[in-house]
Amino acid sequence: MPKKRDDAYQEYIKGLWRDNPVFVQVLGMCPMLAVTNSAVNALAMGGATFFVLVASSFLVSSLKNWIPKQVRISTYIIIIATFVTVTDFTLQAMAPVIHKELGAFIPLIVANCMILGRQEAFAAKNTVRLAVIDALGMASGFFLALFVLGSVREVLGDGAFLGMSLFGPNFEPWIIMILPPGGFLTLGLILLFFNWLKERKDRLVDRLDGMEAEGL
Amino acid sequence: MNNQAPGSAEAVEPTSARLVATLSVAGLLSGLIIVSVYEATLPTITAYKAKVLREAVFKVLPGIDNLKRLAYRENRLVALSQEQKGQEVLFGGYDAEGELVGYAIPSAGPGFQDTIRLLYGYLPDQRKVVGMEILESRETPGLGDKIYKDAAFVSNFANLAVEPEIVTVKKGRKSAPNEVDAITGATISSKAVVRIINRGNERWLPRLDEPGPEPPLPNPLPPPGRGN
Repeated sequence: MPKKRDDAYQEYIKGLWRDNPVFVQVLGMCPMLAVTNSAVNALAMGGATFFVLVASSFLVSSLKNWIPKQVRISTYIIIIATFVTVTDFTLQAMAPVIHKELGAFIPLIVANCMILGRQEAFAAKNTVRLAVIDALGMASGFFLALFVLGSVREVLGDGAFLGMSLFGPNFEPWIIMILPPGGFLTLGLILLFFNWLKERKDRLVDRLDGMEAEGL
Repeated sequence: MNNQAPGSAEAVEPTSARLVATLSVAGLLSGLIIVSVYEATLPTITAYKAKVLREAVFKVLPGIDNLKRLAYRENRLVALSQEQKGQEVLFGGYDAEGELVGYAIPSAGPGFQDTIRLLYGYLPDQRKVVGMEILESRETPGLGDKIYKDAAFVSNFANLAVEPEIVTVKKGRKSAPNEVDAITGATISSKAVVRIINRGNERWLPRLDEPGPEPPLPNPLPPPGRGN
């Protein structure tokens, strides 16, 4: 039993950190760069993607025995597109203000390769329980990444966080940060940080291996 | 079929019929779900849009009590019922006595990224724009979206002469009643708003200035906020 819980924990945490869909796998870049110009937009996009990914993973893993492998990709797309359309209409009815901000980017969730990738790489081969946990982890990782990027860009580019002004009227916003180049810049720096982390870890492992070899 | 290596662990190939059936069922279910969600949310979405539009009319025409949808037919303005669809529609704003105060004119045109749709209030007797409200836009967040987020820019339109043509000037240079201070960093969006209003004026002002009788006010719509 404890081992099983450990497995589930590993599946969850891998999406959140070790295999973060944005910072490590570099997937889902289109929504990532397009809507992270403010923290609120990033949260809304993260939430919508979260719902679509978890719901699709659940359905795909439950139906995996009925879907012939020749048409699996088309079926996944149908499933994902249905959830995205449902999200689109629901947001439009329940939260029109957010829908106005995100507008064109909601339908683009269909084309988020992270979602399709999780169906093909994980949900179609694992039990419903693990698929949902994996989806929760990946979606949380995506959510986190969007929020980090959105916060950095909003703070620097608008002098505000979640719409609240931080530095007062004397702050000259770095307008470039909320324009597309700012997205690439911020993402590039964060990727640099993650690669540095990985390299440091690899070097540490190498050195430990070397010490072990000498010890022998 | 014979190309398959004998004794391979591959499952039996499903027939084409089965593939077609799978996709058809998936498509059918998906269609059903989408249509039902669409039907379920449509009333809320339409009601919200109508509410936003009505509130916008009351915002761009300060001091009005009722509004009416009007359309331009056969060289005069006629009142439309609430459901009637029509082209060349604008809104007439009336005060408590039922006297016409001004018109709320919808207009649209290209902005920096996508079409900007807006509504502005016009007083025919003073030949002035007295309010502007953006209905739809996808301008750059943080820059172009100041056309509705920046109070200083919006207030340009609270008292703006329409003759000669409205022009955009650099921020802080506004000196004539027909000039608008542009937003620093969003000149294109600012100019687009002005151009859209000028375009609306070109189309509507000659018609509104005709001395013809103002349309009657049989069934005024109630002001917003009641029963919402």
